Amino acid sequence: MFGLFKKFKDGFAKTVTAIAAKTHGLFGARIIDASSLETLEEALYTADFGVETTEEILAEIKTAYKKDATLHGQQAAAIGAAVLKRALAGAEGDLRPAASAPTVIAMIGVNGSGKTTTAAKLAWRLKQDGKTVTLAACDTFRAAAVEQLKTWAIRLDLEIVASHTGADSASVAFDAWQAAKSRGRDYLIVDTAGRLHTKSNLMEELAKIRRVLQKHDPTAPQHRWLVVDGSLGSNSIEQARVFHQSFGLTGLVVTKLDGTSRGGALVGIWRQLKLPIYFLGLGEQAEDLQPFSVDNYVKAVFGLED
Amino acid sequence: MFESLTEKLGSALRNFRGVGQLTDANMADALKEVRTALLAADVHFKVARDFVERVQTQCVGQQVLKGVAPGQQVVKIIHDELVRLLGEGENSLSTARPLKILMVGLHGSGKTTSSAKLGKLLKKRGYRPLVAACDVYRPAAIDQLEILAKQEELAFYSDRVSKDVPAIGAAALATAQATGCDCIIFDTAGRLQIDPELIAEVKKLHAVVQPDEVLLVADGALGQEAVNVAKAFHDALALTGLVLTKMDGDARGGAALSIKSIAQVPIKFIGTGEKTADFDTFYPERLASRILGMGDVVSLVEKAQETIDHKEAEKMAEKMRKADFDLEDFLAQMQQIKKLGSMQSIVGMMPGMSGVQLPDDSEKQMARTEAIIKSMTKQERRKPDILNGSRRKRIADGSGVKIVEVNQLLKQFQQMQQMMKMMKGGGSKKMMKQLEAMQSQRGKLRF
Ligand SMILES: Nc1nc2c(ncn2[C@@H]2O[C@H](COP(=O)(O)OP(=O)(O)OP(=O)(O)O)[C@@H](O)[C@H]2O)c(=O)[nH]1
Ligand SMILES: [Mg+2]
Repeated sequence: MFGLFKKFKDGFAKTVTAIAAKTHGLFGARIIDASSLETLEEALYTADFGVETTEEILAEIKTAYKKDATLHGQQAAAIGAAVLKRALAGAEGDLRPAASAPTVIAMIGVNGSGKTTTAAKLAWRLKQDGKTVTLAACDTFRAAAVEQLKTWAIRLDLEIVASHTGADSASVAFDAWQAAKSRGRDYLIVDTAGRLHTKSNLMEELAKIRRVLQKHDPTAPQHRWLVVDGSLGSNSIEQARVFHQSFGLTGLVVTKLDGTSRGGALVGIWRQLKLPIYFLGLGEQAEDLQPFSVDNYVKAVFGLED
Repeated sequence: MFESLTEKLGSALRNFRGVGQLTDANMADALKEVRTALLAADVHFKVARDFVERVQTQCVGQQVLKGVAPGQQVVKIIHDELVRLLGEGENSLSTARPLKILMVGLHGSGKTTSSAKLGKLLKKRGYRPLVAACDVYRPAAIDQLEILAKQEELAFYSDRVSKDVPAIGAAALATAQATGCDCIIFDTAGRLQIDPELIAEVKKLHAVVQPDEVLLVADGALGQEAVNVAKAFHDALALTGLVLTKMDGDARGGAALSIKSIAQVPIKFIGTGEKTADFDTFYPERLASRILGMGDVVSLVEKAQETIDHKEAEKMAEKMRKADFDLEDFLAQMQQIKKLGSMQSIVGMMPGMSGVQLPDDSEKQMARTEAIIKSMTKQERRKPDILNGSRRKRIADGSGVKIVEVNQLLKQFQQMQQMMKMMKGGGSKKMMKQLEAMQSQRGKLRF
């Protein structure tokens, strides 16, 4: 049932997860029955879709099943896919430049979610598209966070403005904007320190970075993205809600979907907050960042082929 | 979001108040609620199902106790079973010397930080730890560990040229032996459990250094895949324990139950913050309450300690502990609560109210609640039991609300009190002891 996200990369090629193998028959030509419905329920829950979405999909399949007892697996899959597509309608983010350069994108999120790596990947991607980019190393808190982003900058030949651990993160952001502006760069990507959404004092630091950027450009940072670890469960919805409340998010990046997690929590986040999903992280290398496509996501989840 | 489990169980079981016995039939709805609560806490589907089945077997045939709502009785059975499951196994570290500890896990789970935290802890226990940087992939991972090691004055080994991880491990071991270190902590790179090359690499490292402890470091907010992650790491490396990180957040931590059930490894440590001191031993009671969304008196009290003046907080904790928290206190707290930050987070920590999602107009709601309580006499606030129909009507009129609102408030308050009573007795005694211990040392025992 569940094709793997590698499919994004490999053009819907190979790999089938354990669950996919187990439920393969379910979405094949076989006729649905009570036990396959339970397997389906399990598969949906284990994708982290959560209670609401799972029950909605199940309810529609059950309704169809009541009407037509010869409902086939593939038809059930098509119903599930349709429900998911409907739920995700409008969820694709489209990165547009701001009215005046540099367009500022801030990466925020809890510890270890993938902010720094995503900042580097995105910079590289934009550079491939012929855009000019500056990175701002505003995680001045975590040990070696500055070195981490600097290493990426050297590796990918990217421009970076950085200070040292313990420096004032807002000043780094301020200087980086100035540097990007004076050099006429298209984008400024701001990496920030990881922080749990439950710590209100650390949220204040983000607000300060924003205030300082707004001294340069009242609309900056135009993009405020939450970087969410796709292997997390329902708590990522809580993370998104709180970051959104205190910082006003404009979008999401969901990372680590090259693992076996199917990132179903993103559906919950979208349903509750309507924050568009811009990119998915599918690995540790620079090129492992893919624009989010509802179609591809739904197909991968339900193991549908073109 | 989800109502408190107790509340939901309360309504699912209301019909047979006084019925006598818990049976399969009368518990069906209640058990569905339990399952939903576990799933919402990210417990794996199958683990949740098996757990519910086991609890069902335990409940069926039990007498419904007089004076205890059946919902609470069931919650207590569930809670105790969870505590048993979570606490199972030896959760202290091996006593081998030298003590070799291998830290493994997914990307960004907190291995490096936990390595330093563990080093600090073991140093306090009299070891001479060396931390070895075996993450040769993530940019600046070696620097990160080196900085932390320096900060905690731990011996440190790295090789910035080699990419041969097993060889680095062997060299670190030799260095430790040569320099009289009796504890070696190997920090490894984050890896997916399905990455054959990287799993082979860490297996080789394991074979070379022969660790006494293999700790899986897992994010407390991990979703359903936690079981597959744990299983694969366990199959490859024979895990000896689990470190659950980022538990200073508000994740319910159901993944811990999944991992525990699948890999049968004891939970050994809990990461509760970014500082190297934020590393605690594991208390099954607290995690059980948290998974069930039963509120967390400990956190509430702690948060209060940070914000409210200590005397007030202590008084409140004491009252909660003795379950004689009355509406008078409730009012006083409400006035303090505004200082504590988001209403939502506070309510989440109240016993029996965790998971209750406040509506957007909750601040207004709070003003109404305040008005209701203020319309009561002192005696009524102290003994809400005396609030009969005519008193309730007077209060409703006095505060300009409908009588149902007064009833609602009283019902909620009553549930909260019952919850406190339940935690006061029986299986949660230990939790209360911890609370007391925490009260005296004012330590950082969050979660
Ligand atoms: N497999 C995989 N790993 C990823 C992905 N994105 C990031 N990572 C890895 O996850 C780990 C943490 O990533 P970071 O970019 O350092 O995360 P961060 O949010 O900046 O972390 P802090 O700054 O410490 O809060 C690193 O080992 C990354 O290589 C992804 O899409 N897939
Ligand atoms: Mg970072």
